[in-house]
Amino acid sequence: MSTVVEHVTCPFCGCLCDDLTVEAEGVEIRKVRLACSSGQGIFMDYDPRPRRPLVDGREVEWENAVAEAASILSAADSPLIYGLSSSASEAQRKAVALADRIGAVIDSTSSVCHGPTGLAMQAVGEPTCTLGEVRDRADLLVFWGCNPDASHLRHFPRFSLTAKGALTPNGRADRTVYVVDVRPTGSSKKADHFLQVDVGSDFEVLTTLRLLVKGKEPSVDTVGGVPVAQLKELVERMKSCRYGVAFMGMGLTMAPARQLNVAELFTLVAELNEFAKFSVLPMRGHGNVTGADQVLSWTTGYPFAVSFARGYPQFSPGEFSAVDMLARRAADAAVIIASDPGAHFPAAAAAHLERIPTIVLDHGPSVVASHARVVFPTAAYGVDAAGTAYRMDNVPIPLKRVISTGRLTDEEILDRIIEAVA
Amino acid sequence: MSERLTLITGRTRKQAVGMHKGKDSPEYREATALVEMNPEDMARLKIEDGGKALLRTAEGEVELTAHAGSLPAGLVFVPMGTLVNKLIGTETLGTGMPSFKGQTVDVAAVTEREDAS
Repeated sequence: MSTVVEHVTCPFCGCLCDDLTVEAEGVEIRKVRLACSSGQGIFMDYDPRPRRPLVDGREVEWENAVAEAASILSAADSPLIYGLSSSASEAQRKAVALADRIGAVIDSTSSVCHGPTGLAMQAVGEPTCTLGEVRDRADLLVFWGCNPDASHLRHFPRFSLTAKGALTPNGRADRTVYVVDVRPTGSSKKADHFLQVDVGSDFEVLTTLRLLVKGKEPSVDTVGGVPVAQLKELVERMKSCRYGVAFMGMGLTMAPARQLNVAELFTLVAELNEFAKFSVLPMRGHGNVTGADQVLSWTTGYPFAVSFARGYPQFSPGEFSAVDMLARRAADAAVIIASDPGAHFPAAAAAHLERIPTIVLDHGPSVVASHARVVFPTAAYGVDAAGTAYRMDNVPIPLKRVISTGRLTDEEILDRIIEAVA
Repeated sequence: MSERLTLITGRTRKQAVGMHKGKDSPEYREATALVEMNPEDMARLKIEDGGKALLRTAEGEVELTAHAGSLPAGLVFVPMGTLVNKLIGTETLGTGMPSFKGQTVDVAAVTEREDAS
């Protein structure tokens, strides 16, 4: 039976584009309209064949896999629950419930993404907005340490660079666009102005911009490789725009100074509101990594790196963040949900996941699943399961089920594990 | 001859597409087994465009295919993935975030290493 589903949300990245059309023949997806190349892969490369759970690489019945997972977690002194960002918020809540039940540390991919942004928000606040406001109102865009041209392929046409809105009817012609980065990128080629910053100098450049906003004169001609004259021009545009929006990415969070870079940008944006309306948004990567921050914050008070070891939530990045837990071999069992730290963590941290019993919930193969003790094949939210995800601007967006495979969801499997460890 | 340069990692379009094909797929391997370099750095280190470069840190080493790119001198870019993560340390400076951008790395042409051994 062929089906056509309209207004489908792509679960790949934090843009959560919700205007796709998906055509399927039974469980085989035949065509996806409007998705970018990254989003196409989510649907077109999806393997809908039924799969059974694995224990030590051998297929087993579901109840046996659940019993093995419960046995591992009941015996563990310091279990780690990690991932969450390609899952739905309904399942993220269950993951927190499991952490609470077994006294685990729970962390999301935020810790290797915008974790430092979360720390900056805690320190200085977040002058935020929605992407709808950007599309409709923004006449000045500053992309700092991010490259949407490679990472968020429809951000430019749907929300920012070329999007046409109520007060920006001419799209690109109604906006001035800056890119600030350590190297030229696909995004910088599409900007009006490119400021190339020396590696590790973002903080100094941001501080200089704050200085200039306050009307003070720096005693040097160049900061972090950028002529002060160019920074003055940017500040004049920032102070005189109708509505400015800064977008920031891993160029700030992964570089030296990490959360201090982000806090400096957020402070600059807050201070600019004395002169013009100005906001800032992090370019969130995974489809529902924003939801992971939201759900952990509602339920524990903290966005990531939370330990329930003492029976109540404690927050300690650098201690309860997954890379640190694994690097110092502090975890003696792990539950990995919809992510692949085997591929995306420093090798020495990923290696510890091969030493400890690991339980993986994922809809497809992964490096971490290849050496896991227990593997639960799941449905993929947005493909063969419905759920809720948070867009990068913290707007919740429904994910549709476009094919029906009968696979269990992360939420259903976590429910069974919670019941079994009780 | 090797030189100490600065490594940054990041997303590319091909890396994302390869990821959907599977991390054991040729597409993923091809998309993540490369290093983009400044052409003058490559000439000085005698690394040819399309040739092999050896990248080494205290964490490990990896051979990658070098491509000339529009990077400033002293900077090398490798797409995120299993290969470059052999070079990344686990120190997070109390944040949870490793140094995926800004770590120093020794870079040499692979042929030179073979000559020396």
